[in-house]
Amino acid sequence: MHIADGILSAPVLIGGGVVAAGGTAVGLKKMDMDKIPRVAVLTAAFFVASLIHIPLGPTNLHLILNGLVGLLLGWACFPAILIGLLLQSLIFGFGGLTVLGVNTVNMATPAIIVYLVFNRFIRGNRRIISIICAALAGVFGVLLASLLTAFSLVFSGEEYINIAKIVVVGHIPLMAVEGVVNVAIIMLLRKVKPEVLEVPHAVYE
Amino acid sequence: MIIENFAEGKSLLHTTDPRIKICLCVPYIFVIALSNSLYTAAAAVLIALSLIIISGLRLGNVLKSIRVFFWFILLLWVVLPFSIPGDQIIRLGPLRASSQGVLKALAISLKSTAIVFFIIAFLGTTKVFSLVHAMSHFHMPKKLLYLTFLSYRYIHVIYMEYVKLRDAMRIRGFRPKTNIHTYKSIGYLIGMLLIRSYERSERIYNAMLCRGFHGRFYLFEHFAVTGRDMVFLSIMAATLMGIGWMEWITKIM
Repeated sequence: MHIADGILSAPVLIGGGVVAAGGTAVGLKKMDMDKIPRVAVLTAAFFVASLIHIPLGPTNLHLILNGLVGLLLGWACFPAILIGLLLQSLIFGFGGLTVLGVNTVNMATPAIIVYLVFNRFIRGNRRIISIICAALAGVFGVLLASLLTAFSLVFSGEEYINIAKIVVVGHIPLMAVEGVVNVAIIMLLRKVKPEVLEVPHAVYE
Repeated sequence: MIIENFAEGKSLLHTTDPRIKICLCVPYIFVIALSNSLYTAAAAVLIALSLIIISGLRLGNVLKSIRVFFWFILLLWVVLPFSIPGDQIIRLGPLRASSQGVLKALAISLKSTAIVFFIIAFLGTTKVFSLVHAMSHFHMPKKLLYLTFLSYRYIHVIYMEYVKLRDAMRIRGFRPKTNIHTYKSIGYLIGMLLIRSYERSERIYNAMLCRGFHGRFYLFEHFAVTGRDMVFLSIMAATLMGIGWMEWITKIM
């Protein structure tokens, strides 16, 4: 899902940086100091979860889980994803610092959308609606992220149109897997510890 | 999980003030990312390579750690030559590769390789905690710094938690395959990981409160810029200007 350094044009890099900074500012503002340990440890957990190999036929893939990040962290998903990508770059050294803003926007915007659309239904009483919304949240998180990634490529140069198509098509299997895994995760959380599904900045009655 | 395998060392790059390294790394990677000339990109790779050699890191280890990155380069080489119209050089059935496409793929490969090397040379040689500390000198938002610090602090802890859960599943005969049972089980594993992380974060916060946390972390180590750091900064800044000049010259040529 990550775009590497040296591909995108200046306007896309700058635009991504500005939007990422704005989203992160909103996320930080909505998050009180006493929620920092919770957001930080969950960020670490998502980082670890994205390292797990998931078998798919002869190959394996890694989860992005950005839909779930949105559901669990709400607006704090912007700083969480920014930090996840930054640490990934520093720990594994694949680069990605010039595109940090763009990659953050590409993954965090779908997370926010998923949070705004599905959060209420997932925590609701009807189990079947919760299951459907959990699956949709997983699918849409990856689908929107791959579309945004494809747009960032095409806006940087028309010659990237084929790579952009490969990015979207290549993520279709992951969308299906994320949908299934997301349902299992949400059903477990609902049963075992529903508090985890309450985003840190919301006030619930 | 291997973390910070390049941060240990006593070379020039390891001992330079992290603030100076950040001040150099950021302009370097952006200038290279936005350059268009093949010559600039090639020069940048050479400079980055010399920095890696100066830092005493084993080139083999560096290449091994970024092997995933080369898959991406390979994808570029497979797709780009056939996506850009121009002088035809190879024909594969209906596909025509253009020399312009090959040059574009070459330029991007050189640029991204140079950036990856620069990040390893400048930031990989610094401990992540020192980088967070250095970022505090650049007036980053306090909450963002604390969040970065704590996330990094707990990645390894949560990873060990994951290993524990994974081993428990293996002992009970779980073998990952392509089926719903596997995806469900991995979902439950991640769900448990999130629950344990949530509960751990409550204990962490309570422990912080017990120790008198009131919204501030205190630093016990401080950075000092030495004369040698300033010399290094000047040389690297001059080199960067050289790269910029090269880009300018090749543009008007």
